[in-house]
Amino acid sequence: MALLQLSEPGQSQAPHQHRLAAGIDLGTTNSLVASVRSGRAETLPDAQGRHLLPSVVRYTSEGPIVGYEARAAAVSDPLNTIVSVKRMLGHSIGEVTSLGSTLPYRFSQQETAVPRILTVVGERSPVEVSAEILRVLSKRAEETLGGQLEGVVITVPAYFDDAQRQATKDAAKLAGMNVLRLLNEPTAAAVAYGLDSGSDGVHAIYDLGGGTFDISILRLNRGVFEVLSTGGDSALGGDDFDRVLAQWIMQQAGIPDDVDHVMQRRLMRDACAAKEALSEADATNLELELDTGEYWRAELSRRQFNQLIEPLLRKTLVTCRRALRDAGLTVAEIEDVVLVGGSTRVPLVRELVSGFFDSPALGEIDPDRVVAIGAALQADILVGNKPDDELLLLDVNPLSLGIETMGGLVEKIIPRNTTIPVARAQEFTTFKDGQTAMAVHVLQGERELVSDCRSLARFELRGIPPMVAGAARIRVTFAVDADGLLSVEAQEQSTGVSASVAIKPSYGLTDEEIAAMLRDSMESAGEDLVARRLREQQVEAQRVIEALSAALAADGGELLDAQERSGIDRALARLAEISRMDDPKAIKSEIEALEKHCEFYVERRMNSSVRKAMSGHRVDEFE
Amino acid sequence: MSITLTEAAAKRVKSFIASRGAGMGIRLGVKTSGCSGMAYVLEFADQQDEGDQVFEDHGVKVLIDSKSLLYLDGTELDYTKEGLNEGFKFNNPNVKDACGCGESFTV
Repeated sequence: MALLQLSEPGQSQAPHQHRLAAGIDLGTTNSLVASVRSGRAETLPDAQGRHLLPSVVRYTSEGPIVGYEARAAAVSDPLNTIVSVKRMLGHSIGEVTSLGSTLPYRFSQQETAVPRILTVVGERSPVEVSAEILRVLSKRAEETLGGQLEGVVITVPAYFDDAQRQATKDAAKLAGMNVLRLLNEPTAAAVAYGLDSGSDGVHAIYDLGGGTFDISILRLNRGVFEVLSTGGDSALGGDDFDRVLAQWIMQQAGIPDDVDHVMQRRLMRDACAAKEALSEADATNLELELDTGEYWRAELSRRQFNQLIEPLLRKTLVTCRRALRDAGLTVAEIEDVVLVGGSTRVPLVRELVSGFFDSPALGEIDPDRVVAIGAALQADILVGNKPDDELLLLDVNPLSLGIETMGGLVEKIIPRNTTIPVARAQEFTTFKDGQTAMAVHVLQGERELVSDCRSLARFELRGIPPMVAGAARIRVTFAVDADGLLSVEAQEQSTGVSASVAIKPSYGLTDEEIAAMLRDSMESAGEDLVARRLREQQVEAQRVIEALSAALAADGGELLDAQERSGIDRALARLAEISRMDDPKAIKSEIEALEKHCEFYVERRMNSSVRKAMSGHRVDEFE
Repeated sequence: MSITLTEAAAKRVKSFIASRGAGMGIRLGVKTSGCSGMAYVLEFADQQDEGDQVFEDHGVKVLIDSKSLLYLDGTELDYTKEGLNEGFKFNNPNVKDACGCGESFTV
């Protein structure tokens, strides 16, 4: 018979209606899948009892191999064994190759934006490689839970942009999964500790993995986590601890720097084992067989080890300080710090981090699994296995979204840190008489000028009926779904013609770039404001000049005598000249002066058009 | 009249209750639904209701309403592993027929 799980009181489900859901931590180095069973979220092991799945895919002519076996082949078959594919996800080929010559893969020489890796079975995109990993995890979950998965929650780094998130979703779809939601990794860790049901406050998430470091500052506000800032180092992690320790051993044992690969690998393995032992013990014994056949022995104390790795940890604290500054917070405002990533098991990490933030470090949940566990809890709620009163966790969009308006200015439509899903609309109009098309340029960023923000997409709305400038009403709607993906629609209100775009930007931003963009916007706020004011006045001046020129062309000859006409022309020329300079105040007063100068002309035009309209009619017809 | 637990089941129940942080025991029951007429109920129990019978085995309290007991008398609750899947199993001597997957049964 089927195996049953314990339910919450009154929550027992009818037969065949168990809704199975899983949380997936799709990591750079390792991936995990977790699910809630009998009220407890646990990561699911494979048949050998291993919870972690190395995020490595090896393509062979007999089909893809994923995990430990693939990782073991990374050295012997580097071209067909794809490691750390997450680093390539959602990036363009140009960006991937600029990651450095460290990638051993051959890329297909094509004009597509997506990198395609040449393997023994043909070209594979990062999305397809990620899908292989997800497929294995999905199968493991379905075998463990005894049924088909209703949906999954997949975690992504907080700094992942729209392109990277979309690529993650595409990979899941390719693997045949229904993605309930993408969840930020730090948010998932906070959920695992139940911080989402606690009181409002600010939490730091310190994530030190094997090869990467991430710090995120989150604020819980009425059940919603806002990402205040992120920071990190994509090349700093526990592997570096092993490296400094291995170097120390070489120094102590008098091993020359140019030893062979076998010896180097053995040193790294010994260093890693010593590091792990020192998380429990105060000292550990090292023993190494040298090439000479002699044995080198030494005792390494935790204190010595701490001295070796402390400079590395100081580097992470500098990044933490910067993240705090980006968020505009002081250490005193941080309530607690959540430890994520296997390297946070090192006692010195806990000590320094807790000391730096001057708050308790949460590390009771296995730091390798905490993200997957948070995702599983979220999946369980989303799939409907929890009572309705449970809060649904929402996320926020990390950067403002807007469109370009005249003069290269950005009109923000969805400000940053708005909770998602969200839809906002704003009406825009035409700038020129008879304008029948409008270009919509979608931008992401905090700055006022288009040139300082990131361009996400461009599209055109055509078929606007010809009207005088300012008469058309074009409604631009921005909608961000629960996964942070954006769609933009522009619709002309009188005819209903519309155009839209779903944003899948061709390449993404790194966490440093997002942080830099935020920092920029704060530093240049004053500068931006001046620039914005200037552009606004310039645009206004341009509009006045065009309107007046059009009027003069239409009836200037019949309504004005030569002297009046030359006076207006002179004023026009003056405004045109001043608007090219960079003094918004001067432009503004010149516009006002011109408008005043032309008052008599405007009046005459009014009278003339009223006369025209009324000619041939009797006065009483207008009553 | 009795309900029993295997040692494995009792161990699991205790650890589940401990990680949940609350609960006096578990509630067993049947409800009428499913393709073969009846379905098992297996829940955490936070309070004893009127008409509940309470059994204790291997240090675990099992609550069951008297109507359900008619269908479950003599049942042994076990915890087993089948491949990667693991969970609770009702060894119920009253069952005459069950649906293919065993989630639903008739007496």
